[in-house]
Amino acid sequence: MIRTLCRPPVSIMVSGLMMLSGCRLNMGFLSPSGPVAEAQRMHLWIVCGLMLLVVIPIFITIPFLLWRYRYRDGKNNAAYRPEWEASWKWEVMLWSGPLIVTAVLSWFLWTYTKALDPYRALSDDPLQVQVVSYDWKWLFIYPDMGLASVDHLVLPAGRAVTLSLTSRTVMQSILIPELAGQIYLMNGMTTRLNLQADHPGEWMGRNTQYNGDGFYRQSFRVEALDATAFAQWTERAANTPPLDAAALAALENKGMRDDLPALFSQVPQHLFHEIAGGRGHDHSGEK
Amino acid sequence: MNAHDILLGRLDATALPWHELLLADTRLEVISGIVGLSAAIIAVAGALLVATALTWRRLWGPLWRDWLTSVDHKKIGIMYMVLACVMLARAVVEAGVMRLQQALGSGGGGIVTPDHFGQLFSTHGTIMIFFVAMPFLTGLINFVMPLQIGARDVSFPLLNSVSLGLTAAGAVLVMVSLVLQPFSTGGWSGYPPFTDASFNPGAGPDYWIWAVTLSSLGSTLTGINFTVTIYKERCEGMHMMRMPMFCWTSLCTAILMIFAMPPLTVATGLLALDRYLGFHIFTNDGGGNVMMFANLFWLFGHPEVYILILPAFGVWNEVFSTFSGKGLFGYRALVMATMCIAVLSFTVWVHHFFTMGQSTELNAIFGIATMAIGIPTGVKIYDWMLTMYRGRVRITVPMVYGVGFLFLFVLGGTTGVILANPSIDYQVHNTLFLVAHFHNMVIPGTLFGMIAGYTLWFPKAFGFRLNDCWGYRAAGLWIVGFLLAFFPLYILGLMGMPRRMVAYFEGAWLPWTLVALTGAALIVLALLCLAVQLVVSLRNRAELAVPVGDPWDGRSLEWALPAPVPEWNFPALLVVEGRDAFMELKMKGDHLDRPRDGFIDISMPRPSCVGPVVGAAGLIAGFGLTWHIWWLTVVSLTVIVAAMVARSFVRETHRTVPAAEVEARWNAWRTLADASPRIRRRDEQRQANRGHAFPAAREGGE
Repeated sequence: MIRTLCRPPVSIMVSGLMMLSGCRLNMGFLSPSGPVAEAQRMHLWIVCGLMLLVVIPIFITIPFLLWRYRYRDGKNNAAYRPEWEASWKWEVMLWSGPLIVTAVLSWFLWTYTKALDPYRALSDDPLQVQVVSYDWKWLFIYPDMGLASVDHLVLPAGRAVTLSLTSRTVMQSILIPELAGQIYLMNGMTTRLNLQADHPGEWMGRNTQYNGDGFYRQSFRVEALDATAFAQWTERAANTPPLDAAALAALENKGMRDDLPALFSQVPQHLFHEIAGGRGHDHSGEK
Repeated sequence: MNAHDILLGRLDATALPWHELLLADTRLEVISGIVGLSAAIIAVAGALLVATALTWRRLWGPLWRDWLTSVDHKKIGIMYMVLACVMLARAVVEAGVMRLQQALGSGGGGIVTPDHFGQLFSTHGTIMIFFVAMPFLTGLINFVMPLQIGARDVSFPLLNSVSLGLTAAGAVLVMVSLVLQPFSTGGWSGYPPFTDASFNPGAGPDYWIWAVTLSSLGSTLTGINFTVTIYKERCEGMHMMRMPMFCWTSLCTAILMIFAMPPLTVATGLLALDRYLGFHIFTNDGGGNVMMFANLFWLFGHPEVYILILPAFGVWNEVFSTFSGKGLFGYRALVMATMCIAVLSFTVWVHHFFTMGQSTELNAIFGIATMAIGIPTGVKIYDWMLTMYRGRVRITVPMVYGVGFLFLFVLGGTTGVILANPSIDYQVHNTLFLVAHFHNMVIPGTLFGMIAGYTLWFPKAFGFRLNDCWGYRAAGLWIVGFLLAFFPLYILGLMGMPRRMVAYFEGAWLPWTLVALTGAALIVLALLCLAVQLVVSLRNRAELAVPVGDPWDGRSLEWALPAPVPEWNFPALLVVEGRDAFMELKMKGDHLDRPRDGFIDISMPRPSCVGPVVGAAGLIAGFGLTWHIWWLTVVSLTVIVAAMVARSFVRETHRTVPAAEVEARWNAWRTLADASPRIRRRDEQRQANRGHAFPAAREGGE
């Protein structure tokens, strides 16, 4: 569904135009590395294209009006109708133009919003990753493997991933622009975000919701590995220190990761649910 | 509890402005401390300078008698705008410091610490919304609207003075936080749980809570006052559908204030319960829920942006029709569009948090509702274009702002439509794209509108025009400065740069922050030009004088009056027979008539000290609450109640202006008008313009 939303030729054409115009934005969702970000970019181009239909005529007409009808102390030959204040013909056009554009935009809005539901899994068997945000660091738990990493999200390239998210502190918002949009993390609640990296690579993820002094440094490395590299990573991770009470307490301290290990193993089975509490924040969307 | 705690609460030496400097270890902390201390010194020195000047010139008495205690809607309007200008200067300087910080903050470093930066963006946002935009538009409506509907004053003049007092109290409280620090770092929206006591126990969020609460109470009262005034005080014949468009947008704004301000007061009040009494409404624990704050806040916050923009739309209606020498095109459509916007503004608040995890259907519905507001707004833009069509457009200073507004606002609307799409919003929410968008609406929309309105009605208030040359310079700098300061932020947002970052480690962002800094510098220059303009105009006020009162060939009733307008506005209550009442008179070669039944005594409300007393006590109560000085809070709240009770015993609330005085003023003005030639529009910006206009529409047929 998502794939059909981003017809590649159009997408490539638009990016080509961007490159030619010298405006190269080689970061953020304008250079997507996953199906969600790619579809979001496509939607952006559609909206921009439709809005240009509105903007360009206005931008041409205003200078024309200013020039043609400028005050020239009686020397201007253009028509002057000081009493002309209403016209049904014009009024119908003025209302129907924006109405039609908005209707078309709304159709796209509905389609894309439904298709890009962050709660909708991108495949039948996505990799489950649980995310806990602290002040000012991130804990990523791989429940099926009993692993956890700090400030480093490792993903298998080409496989769908479901993030379940909560916060141990104030509200935060997670954003990996090249892969997918953002979603809030809130204490005592679980939100969800589905994404996928199309190919191996490295990106930055961030918190975008201000949460104090360390906010500007609260980023994390996102790394997509091919199948073998990912398997190797999980093996290596298995021999790391356990995520015990001491480590969890260290995460609670306000501050950066500093000398905390980047990888943990032997993650307690229900750790995430204990942290997030019972209150899910599922909406009724398709699971 | 020792004596200090009882007397001064938690206020101690750590609140003093040099405290940050005393604790400074690193170079950054020292510089940041110096920046903070300098700001405090400027604030104190500025206040002392004004106080000294007032004492020196023996102006305290006149200031108190003629201004602070006045309940005249025109003077209250002017005081609102003075307050807005003072606060604007501070908030623009803060913006400049933030832009400088982001330009220097590549790779860490800069001139302010993260905490200081947090205070900067929080005060900047709070001030710009509550203490610049709100007082400016409230002041403008106060000054203009009663004149346009042919009224003597607003319905509740004393309440008007109390509203001003409360708003000013909030503004002063934010200024006090410069000296007795710190202010909140929670942004202008103050989201808990970050602003809850468990994460931010200090005085900062409390300053924010009480400043905003004072201002929101003032605005609620203002909303009631304006609405009743428009419903009840219109002169005879001024049907709703004959009111100037500015009055329509004022009415919609006032209605929005009545319904949108209480959710904010409730939100800040509940947050205060959390912080002061250990409630668990928005806390992480004990059953609190942060999502309720977001809903309450934006239930206020979204209508608020239309409170900000509608009065500016009102100004643009006047500007485009006046300076096109033509009636406003599509009056009925514009009335309808304004009402549509006002109603729709209550149906879109969820778009401020599409990313909170709610269902896609809900997001989509709110997204479509958001885009629907683009329809009436688009109609307005087209109607203004059609107002210029077949007109005679004069590019005066307000028109330069107007044209800048049309171009920039259309672009801002486009990015608004982009943000209205939940799927795209997931990407650019909380980034600089969003920051660029809302600045793109409130600077070219609201602020340009307010400056255009100030330029347009200044002669009406003070009797002389503003210097055009400096006006053009300021307008040009505002437009270019805006483009340079905010368009780079769109790009940074698309590149994924979050808002509110004190520093960053992405080299690719640096060039754009440098461009934005240049823009900020130009905006500071624009502000300086406005200041110079005021001084130059004051010096040349004899040449710029327009005592007859109609410098722009205006259309509505206020231009029929002398400039400055006498306290009683109209010598007798009017009867109007159509829209653009004054223009109809002028087209017949007439002017406002002598009262048909002769001059009579006029009863005007007396000045009252209740407004300033309630304001001052409100300020002290807010200060006491912020620093937990309970006795001070109790005393000042008692003063407020006592002032209201005392007022109810005052019997002599009105004074009489004798008919002879009114007639003498009238005769002097008519003599002056008859001696001043009616000038054509080509002489509009020349000394020949004494405010006696020959209608542009009749120039051809002469």
